[in-house]
Amino acid sequence: MNPNPMILKKDCFWQLVGISTGLKILLIPANHSTDFEVHRNWLAITHSLPLNRWYFEDTSEWTLDYPPFFAYFEWLLSQVARFVDPRMLIVENLNYESKATLYFQRLSVTAMDLIYVLGVRSCLSALGVVKGSQQFFAGSLLLLLNVGLIFVDHIHFQYNGFMFGILLLSISALIRQRFLWSAFAFAVLLNFKHIFLYLAPPFGVYLLRFYCLEQANVKGGSFWKSLFKLLAVGLAPFVVSFGPFWNQLPQIMSRLFPFNRGLTHAYWAPNIWALYNTADKVAANVLKKASAGPSTTSGLVQQIDHSVLPTITPSMTFGLTIVFMLPILLKLFKSSKKQSPLMFLRAVVLCACSSFMFGWHVHEKAILMCLIPLSLLTLVNREDARYAYILGIAGYFSLFPLLFDIDLYVPRYSLYLSYMAMLYGQLYRIFSGFKGFHWLEWAYMLGFIAIPLYEHIISRLLGLHIRLPFMPLLLTSTYSALGVVYFFGRYYLYAMGVSWPKVAAPKATATYSSSAKRKRKTK
Amino acid sequence: MKSEILAIACVAVSLRSIVSLYSFSGFDSPPMYGDYEAQRHWQEVTINLEPGQWYTNSSDNDLQYWGLDYPPLTAHHSYLIGRIAESIDPRFIELHKSRGFQSRLHKSFMRLTVLTGDILIYLPAILGVCICIDKSFQSKSLLFSFMLFAAYPGQVLIDNGHFQYNNVSLGLAAAAIAAILHGKQYIAAFAFTLALNYKQMELYHSIPFFTYILGECLAANSLRLFAVKLGITATIVLATFCLLWYPWSGSLHAVAEVLHRLFPLGRTVFEDKVSNFWCSLNIIWKLKQHVLNNHMALVCLAFTLISALPTNITLYRKRCKMGFLLSLFNTAIAFFLFSFQVHEKTILLAALPSLCLLTWWPNEIILFLEMSVFTMLPLLQRDGLLVPSLACVLIYHLICQCFYSETRPSSGQKAFLYISKICLIAIVGASLIIKAPSRYPDLWPLITSVIGCAYLAFFLLWGNFQHLTCKGEAV
Repeated sequence: MNPNPMILKKDCFWQLVGISTGLKILLIPANHSTDFEVHRNWLAITHSLPLNRWYFEDTSEWTLDYPPFFAYFEWLLSQVARFVDPRMLIVENLNYESKATLYFQRLSVTAMDLIYVLGVRSCLSALGVVKGSQQFFAGSLLLLLNVGLIFVDHIHFQYNGFMFGILLLSISALIRQRFLWSAFAFAVLLNFKHIFLYLAPPFGVYLLRFYCLEQANVKGGSFWKSLFKLLAVGLAPFVVSFGPFWNQLPQIMSRLFPFNRGLTHAYWAPNIWALYNTADKVAANVLKKASAGPSTTSGLVQQIDHSVLPTITPSMTFGLTIVFMLPILLKLFKSSKKQSPLMFLRAVVLCACSSFMFGWHVHEKAILMCLIPLSLLTLVNREDARYAYILGIAGYFSLFPLLFDIDLYVPRYSLYLSYMAMLYGQLYRIFSGFKGFHWLEWAYMLGFIAIPLYEHIISRLLGLHIRLPFMPLLLTSTYSALGVVYFFGRYYLYAMGVSWPKVAAPKATATYSSSAKRKRKTK
Repeated sequence: MKSEILAIACVAVSLRSIVSLYSFSGFDSPPMYGDYEAQRHWQEVTINLEPGQWYTNSSDNDLQYWGLDYPPLTAHHSYLIGRIAESIDPRFIELHKSRGFQSRLHKSFMRLTVLTGDILIYLPAILGVCICIDKSFQSKSLLFSFMLFAAYPGQVLIDNGHFQYNNVSLGLAAAAIAAILHGKQYIAAFAFTLALNYKQMELYHSIPFFTYILGECLAANSLRLFAVKLGITATIVLATFCLLWYPWSGSLHAVAEVLHRLFPLGRTVFEDKVSNFWCSLNIIWKLKQHVLNNHMALVCLAFTLISALPTNITLYRKRCKMGFLLSLFNTAIAFFLFSFQVHEKTILLAALPSLCLLTWWPNEIILFLEMSVFTMLPLLQRDGLLVPSLACVLIYHLICQCFYSETRPSSGQKAFLYISKICLIAIVGASLIIKAPSRYPDLWPLITSVIGCAYLAFFLLWGNFQHLTCKGEAV
């Protein structure tokens, strides 16, 4: 007696929402970072102090450094928190962590993810992914159970989920050509977390080109009228947000953009500066040069000086970021209407990636700004999917140092592996005859196995974990950085429409330099 | 397909490691603590004492305090883990002084040992079962069954939450099932003997294995072939037993002592509130006042054998793989309902064969699985595992919802499933909201166990009916 086969429902969107919610609830006791205390402190500040002191209060070292909408959001949360445990709302109650506080804060992240769910839903339908298709299933799986968001929001503790939700809503509005809605949502997003400013250029260029200029041609409306409408909608959230603080703007700005921090974070985000720092270290060791001042691995958040290579200044990083954004923005500006949504998404990814590559004091979490829009591209184009996979391998891996507790080792590796393995399976299911990867790419991706092996076994056997305690972090960030640089170079060329010569060795650093040359030519 | 199998295995590992973050049985509750301390104590005893002393009461081994009461393979396993514990920190297993030892590192270590059992034994074994079912019956549902096997919340919550090593014994039993399905009876005999030597509760599965393998031997064409088959099987089983029981082989007295630890007839017929027949009967007819404990053991034995008989006779008369799985299911439920000294956790032994039947009767079996977790809820609640239990069941239920099959349940079945689910949810909800009156502090566990018992009785009848009407091809 043979049973009937069980078949996977491809449109189980809400089931996946439920599964991810269940998983997030399970993760409540997971070891969280100091960001938990940061947000508790903000709850306390917004609840117990008058508005004009929010950005001046500094009892705790974790001062309020997000834009006002986020502060209002914390105030709203505190109105509920009052009934849960009023003691978490006392500013002086530093590092307060009752069970009720833990459940309240964790569940508030989970509840706010509903906006993310709506964003995902909206983006999938805006991209024309048919409900019940393999793409639909893969998209829901990839985005709803995104391992990066689970790491950062539900273990490490932050509220990125709903902000990415607003970003996705804004992207979907733009693809559906509801330009004003898109601009509005994006402006709201900027007032929640200003790091999304890095994504503003593609939005600006797209709206200028396909709303202001196009609209003016087609409907007979004037360019200036459209621009005015766009600016009005886009600036309104800023007025609402910053309005109450109009007389303390310099103070807020100093909180939002603290340039007194160092080039790299305590743990180096896997970008060009991680490689630069490593090169500096190696050179210093080779030249036996004694380093002056705090070294880059000392783990302090402050200015550092390179011992051999020239020191980088904030303006240099800013300049580099802009320079690398320009070509793709130009390409977006010149693209045809039919191609534009795809081009736009690529521009978003590449701008996020440029800022990640060259930005000042970049956090490893910022890689999510590339990875989440890239998940959308994974569904619609096989080449994009190929690159997305490589960046996913490196990018999600580079988040591991956020989950440093011993009890989180197994969850972090197994969640990561299951996500990547599932994604790999989905690639073959979505794109029949998926080409797979070059052997060097395979070698790179499998190379990641060596890092945990070193961290947990080899270093302990050799006693290196005491002599070189920072080594696993250094390995993680530099090795991931190679992949991110490789992705950045190859994907940039691909998005620009430059074909890759077959003979060239796809070595990460080589790719990077040659891609830079090539770009100059195309300009 | 291969990458998806890896993905599911990793999901299973992450689920287990996340549940491991929660508290365990007996956390911070001296003087007796709970199963976590029991396992640690066994490591202490096995490391510090000679094997011959492991099951014997002495000044160094107080059997009243979590004396070893599982068969030798568990003891050997404890010894192995104890060796590793010793190399990490000798305080973990210091004789006498380490009682109730708790630290963060120790918890991480203990949790990892359970996880190791999952990764090395349980998950490969259930993958083997799924592949063998897929091959034997062309079910084309490998990913489905592996997913639901791996994510079954009962086993996860008891092993990685409450703290036990059921994954080892269940994994070995699953390996034996896979071997039977694959037609390798010697491997099956070996794996099952190991399982039986890990936990004596594996007796719940023993009758169908015995019947099937005996039938296999009897089916030989010639007397010589029969003798060879039986001889090899018997040799494997006896040799395994001898090897594992070697430290006690010196005297019959020592063996008797171990056996006495394994089958404690001095204890009562059931502990706490368990969803079996005796506990339910006890409400209206106090067993203790009417029956002596020794007699009770015999009554239990008789009831168990009688209720397990029909399905095993059917299996013997018409040997088929399908029948074997059904018979395992029925026998395990019969043992759970009627045998002596049943714990809530032993429902896992019925859950394992039920998982094998999942592709045939998805709706019914999913109800059974969810009901099995339901009967363990009072226990899990005591351990502070209510939140993960409910979250795991929610996840499991939703995973099931992601699949559908061509076989649609009839409207009668549908109504039954709906009513059952609403009933279970209502009872869980009510037990959380309404406090039990002070006169009956055990009201909710009791209601849970009675309802569980009713469902199990129903499933016993259902399983027997399915087995009798099963049209499997004889092997």
